Amino acid sequence: MRFIFKTAYDQDIRLFQHGGQMFWYGLLGVALLAAPFALSEYVLSQLHFICIYAIVGLGLMLLVGYTGQISLGHAAFLAVGAYTEALLQAAGVPFVVSISCAALFSAAVGLIVAIPALRLKGIYLAIATIAFNVIVEEIITRWESLTGGNQGKLLKPIELFGYKLTSGASFYYVCLALTVLCCLALINLLRSPTGRAFVAIRDSEISASCLGINLARYKAMSFALSAALTGIGGALYAHKVTFISPEQFTLVQSIEMVTIVIIGGIGSLHGAVLGAAFIIMLPQGISIAKGWLPEAIPQVGLQSVVFGLVLVGFIIFEPYGLYGRWLKIRTYFDVFPFYRRGTFRRQRTYLRSERLR
Amino acid sequence: MTRGEGKRLFSQFLQLFFAGVAQGCVYALVALGFVLIYKATETVNFAQGDLMMFGAFFGLTASTILGWPYWATILFAIVVMAVVGMMIERIVIRPVLGYPTFTVVMITIGVGYILRGFVTMVPGWGTETYSLKTPFGDSLVRLGGAVIAADQLATIGLTAALCLVLYLFFRFAKLGVAMQATSQNQLAAYYMGIPVQRVNMLIWGLAAAVAAFGGILLAPIAFIHFNMGFIALKAFPAAVVGGFGSVPGAVVGGLIIGVVDALAGFYLAEGFKDIAAYVVVLFVLWFMPSGIFGETVRKKV
Repeated sequence: MRFIFKTAYDQDIRLFQHGGQMFWYGLLGVALLAAPFALSEYVLSQLHFICIYAIVGLGLMLLVGYTGQISLGHAAFLAVGAYTEALLQAAGVPFVVSISCAALFSAAVGLIVAIPALRLKGIYLAIATIAFNVIVEEIITRWESLTGGNQGKLLKPIELFGYKLTSGASFYYVCLALTVLCCLALINLLRSPTGRAFVAIRDSEISASCLGINLARYKAMSFALSAALTGIGGALYAHKVTFISPEQFTLVQSIEMVTIVIIGGIGSLHGAVLGAAFIIMLPQGISIAKGWLPEAIPQVGLQSVVFGLVLVGFIIFEPYGLYGRWLKIRTYFDVFPFYRRGTFRRQRTYLRSERLR
Repeated sequence: MTRGEGKRLFSQFLQLFFAGVAQGCVYALVALGFVLIYKATETVNFAQGDLMMFGAFFGLTASTILGWPYWATILFAIVVMAVVGMMIERIVIRPVLGYPTFTVVMITIGVGYILRGFVTMVPGWGTETYSLKTPFGDSLVRLGGAVIAADQLATIGLTAALCLVLYLFFRFAKLGVAMQATSQNQLAAYYMGIPVQRVNMLIWGLAAAVAAFGGILLAPIAFIHFNMGFIALKAFPAAVVGGFGSVPGAVVGGLIIGVVDALAGFYLAEGFKDIAAYVVVLFVLWFMPSGIFGETVRKKV
C-alpha cells in the first residue's frame, strides 16, 4: 500500500500523484507513439476510431458524468462538426483553422440547445435533446444546396502545413495528438473552479446554487464545452470515413455514444477512453464469435442482442463501468486482505416520494 | 373560392384529421405505457416501442401461423406481453431502482436492443415485413364527403374502449386503486398493506399489455417489422405534451401529436412531417416545462 505524504497544497491537484503514475503513463505514451510501427494497417484504422470516439466520449463525459445533464442528442453535434469540417475544407480553409471552427460552431449550437435545456431536468431534458437530434438530422437532409442532402459529402485527406496526410500512420498521430490535448484540457478544467462547479451541480443543484454557483451559466458552459469536444470528434470522424451523410448522425448514433460513457464508467475520464475502446472492439469480437454460431442467426440481430446484453449487464452488475472494475481490483490488492464489499456501494436516491428498497 | 371547393377542402381536412386521430391513438397507447411505468417506478421505459413491436409479432404468430381469429389474437398478444412485461420488471428494472435517471433510461434502451435483436433471430419472424389481416378489411366509410378507412375507425373505437376499461379499472377495481396509491406514495401505500413490489410488477405487465394492444392496432396502418418500435420516438413527444405523470394527458397528447403529424405532412413542405412532433414538444417544453396536465414536483434536500 502506498501512502502519499502531502507537504504542499499543490500536491492535491498535481497531474501525477506519484512517480508510479508517471512511469505507467509514460510507458503508455511510448507504446502509443510506437504503435504505427508495430501494428497492421487494419488495427491502426481501429485505433483511429478509438481515438475519435474517445474524444467524443470525453465530451459526453463532461456533460453526463461531471455535470449530471442528460443528452441523447449528441450525434447532432457530431454532425455539426463533421459538416463544418467538410464545407470549410471544400472552401480551401487550412485544417488547423477548420477544425477550430468545427469546435467553435458546435459550441455555438450547444449554447443554443442549452438555453431551453436550462429549465429542463431528467427525462424532459432527454426528450428535448432527442427532438434536437431529429430536427438537426432533418435540416441536414433537406438543406441540399449546403449539405448535399442524402447524397452526402466527400472529404479529401487532411493537409497540414503543406503535407498531405494520406497514410494511416500520419492520420493516427493527428488523432492521438488531439485526443491527448483534449484529455489534458479536461483534466485541467476539472481541477479548476469551473470543473468543481460542474461536479457540485451534478451532486446537488440546490446545494450548488446555495454555494453561489450560477446554475444557468455553468450548465450552458458545460453544454458548449461538451459540444465543442464532440465537434472536434465529428471533424476527425468526417476525415476518417471520408464520406458523410445524414443517416450517420441519427439517434442510434447518439445512443451508441452514450453507451461509451456508461460502459466506461460515469464520472471518470479514463472511463471515456476505455468505453470508446470497448465499443469499437465489440463488433470485431461479435464477428469472430459469429463463426462459431449457426448460420441462420443474422449479424444485425446478434449485434443488437449482444449490445443490449452488455449494456444491461454493465448497469446491473458494474454501475461504475470498466474503470470502476479496475478501481475495485486495484483497491483489492492495495488493501489486501482488508477489502470490504461495501467500499464502492452506491447510494440510491428517489425522485418523488419515499421509496422502498 | 367557390362553395364546392370549400366543401372539398373541408372534407379533405376531415379525412386527414381522422387519419391523424387514428395514428394518434397508437401514439396515445404507447404514451399510456410510458406514463403508467413512470408513475409506478420513476422509470422512463425507452423499450415501450419495442414491447409494442414484440406484441405485434406475437399477434402475427397467432393469426397467421396458428390461424386464430382476430379477437383471440389480440387476447393472446396481451396475455403473453403481460408476462413479458412482468419478467422485465423482475429481472432488469428492480435491481436498478433508485439509480440516476440516466442509468435507468439506458437500461431500458438496452432491453429494447435485446428485444429487437431477438425478433430477428426467431425463425418465422426475422427481418421481413408482415401485414396483419383484420376483420374490417379494406372497406371504406363515407362521412360528410370524406372517405375514411374502416380500419382507422376501428382503431379509434378500440382505443376509446380500452381507455374506458382502464378508467373503470383504476377507479373501481381494488388492484387499480392499489396501483394509483402505489404510484402516489410508495411508503404510505406499503403501510396500508399494499404489496408494493408486486403491484409495480403488475403495472409493468399492464403497460406491456397496452403496448401489445397498440402494436396490433398499428398493424393495419403501418406494417409489422422489427424496427416498428421506433414509432415510440413520436410517443415521447405525446407523453411530454400531455405531462409525463398524467394518464389522461397521455391520451390527449397522443391525439394532438397524431393530428399535427397528419396535417403537417399534407399542408407543410416535405420533411415537416418527421419533425412536426418534435417542434411541438420543444414549444410545449419552452412554455410549460411540465406539459399540459403535468404536476410540478419539488424535492426535499
